[in-house]
Parts: sequence; C-alpha cells; structure tokens
Amino acid sequence: MANWIPLWLHKLSSPPVFYRFAGTLRPWAIALALVLGLVALYGGLVLAPPDYQQGDDYRIIFIHVPCAWMGLFIYGVMGVAAFIALVWRIKLAEVVAMASAPIGAAFTFITLVTGSLWGIRMWGTWWTWDARLTSELVLLFLYLGVIALYHSFEDRRQGARTAAFLALIGVVNLPIVHFSVVWWNTLHQGSTIKLLGPSTIAPSMVWPLLTMVVATKLYYVASLCSRVRADLLSLEAGKDWVRQIAENEVRG
Amino acid sequence: MNAASLPSFLAMGGYAIYVWPAYGVFFIVLLIDWLAPQLRRRRLLRELRARMARQDARKERASRPSAAST
Repeated sequence: MANWIPLWLHKLSSPPVFYRFAGTLRPWAIALALVLGLVALYGGLVLAPPDYQQGDDYRIIFIHVPCAWMGLFIYGVMGVAAFIALVWRIKLAEVVAMASAPIGAAFTFITLVTGSLWGIRMWGTWWTWDARLTSELVLLFLYLGVIALYHSFEDRRQGARTAAFLALIGVVNLPIVHFSVVWWNTLHQGSTIKLLGPSTIAPSMVWPLLTMVVATKLYYVASLCSRVRADLLSLEAGKDWVRQIAENEVRG
Repeated sequence: MNAASLPSFLAMGGYAIYVWPAYGVFFIVLLIDWLAPQLRRRRLLRELRARMARQDARKERASRPSAAST
C-alpha cells in the first residue's frame, strides 16, 4: 500500500484534526441528504404508482426498508470501530463506536414503529414474535445496552471500551436479522431487492427506495460528525485546542 | 400532481392514518437525533467558558493579594 494512506489516517485520527474535518464534512453531508431525501419522498409518495395489492399502504416501504438497512449498517460500523478501539486503543475509534449507537438506535426504532404501522392492515396485527421482528427488537436492545453500559462508568474511556466489547459480541445478531426471513418461516416477507439476480419490485418503486438509502447513509455521516465533535470537545475539555474553540466561539 | 388531487394525495387511498404517522415518526425521531448533539456541544462550550473565566479570576486574585484586601 502507498505510504501516504496510513500516514493520512494517522493524522486524521488526531482529535483536533478530526474535529475540523468533521466540521467541514457535516454541512455537505446533511445538505445532500436533505436534497436526496426530498427527491426520494417525491418519487415515493407522488410519482410511484399504488401497489396492486396493498394500495397506498405500501408507501411506508420508502422509509421502513432504508431505516432497517441503516440499523444493520450502523451496527456494522460500530462493530468495526469497537474492534479497532479494543485492539489498537485508538481514542477516535471509541468515540465513533459510541457516537454511532444512538443513531443506530434511532433508525432501528423507526424501523419497528413503521413496521408496526404497516403490519396493522397488511397482517392484521401490529406485533408478532416472528424471527425477523424479534431479532430486530434484539438489535434495538443491543444498541440501548451499549448506550447504557457506556454511561454507567465514571471513566468515559473505560466505559467506551466495555461497551465496545458488548457491541462486538452483539455482531452475531446481524446475520440473524438478515437471514431470519430465509432460515425461518416468518410472517415478515423475504427481500424484494436483491444484489444478485432480479429484484421483485417495479423500477418506479426501486429508484425512490435506493435514493432514500443513499440519503439515510449521508444523514448518518452528518449526524455522526455532530456527535463525534461534541464527544471530542467533552473528552479533551482541558486541552488547548478545545480552549481555543471555546474562546473563538464567543466572538463568532 | 396538480392542486385538485391534493386531498386524494393526503387521503393515501384510505391508508392515511398508517402512512402519515409512519413518516411523522421518521422525521420527528431524526430531528431529535439531529438537534441533540448540537445542543450538547453548545452547552459543553458554555460550561468550558465559565470554567475558564473562573480560573482567570482566581489567577488574577492570586497575582495581587494586597489589592484584594483593601
């Protein structure tokens, strides 16, 4: 590998550098997320035709599926960051792992609520203990457990490392969530979008869905930047670079 | 979509009470998620400034003890 990549990564993992980097990235990420999100909403709520079986109720899919994917994706990111934090003890990795947990919990919560609202009419029930729903609920509890464990320690860094351990163990739930509709006979339907082979959903419905997937990814980047910035200020409150920011923001 | 179809758009083919709350939850949860860290960052900086001001004041008192007693 080229020499400058590890060097660049090393520099970026320094808190003041990453603080500034996140500050630059954040407005771009949120602006793009909003634009793409609005395009996706227009495509999903207005342009896409009603479903021939579900009528307009299926339009919940345009937020339900992207949020469900984000719940898994963010847990994956948290797991990788937790691994790096435990093995190499990089402060930024701890911060990224802990900052990801509330965002992932938010997306998982939205997934469960929108799924319930969808289920009422389509399944005749808002909740059932089927494999997909139960493993998704376990995912939410894993996020909440990581957050609670992190905050239960006086020493923030020790809390982060302990919670990172829990996050890492919880990674086993990810394949269970993903394959639950294949491994078990569930009320929840199987995937309609497939990376391999043709999807079983019309193109006019796919593009708003995939646009929303990109928008939620960008939203995660923006929200992560916000949270990491706040956490770094808090962790490094005694350092000169944080004091300078505190002083400069009085004038600004 | 033209203006005349707005009521039918809002009706969502009879599923309005499921579709709109779903979108409502989506926006409200993400809005809270978006605002929380920014409020926290502002509070952190405010507390830090207050602490720095206290430290400065203490330093100043320590540097001229006679002036404080008169």
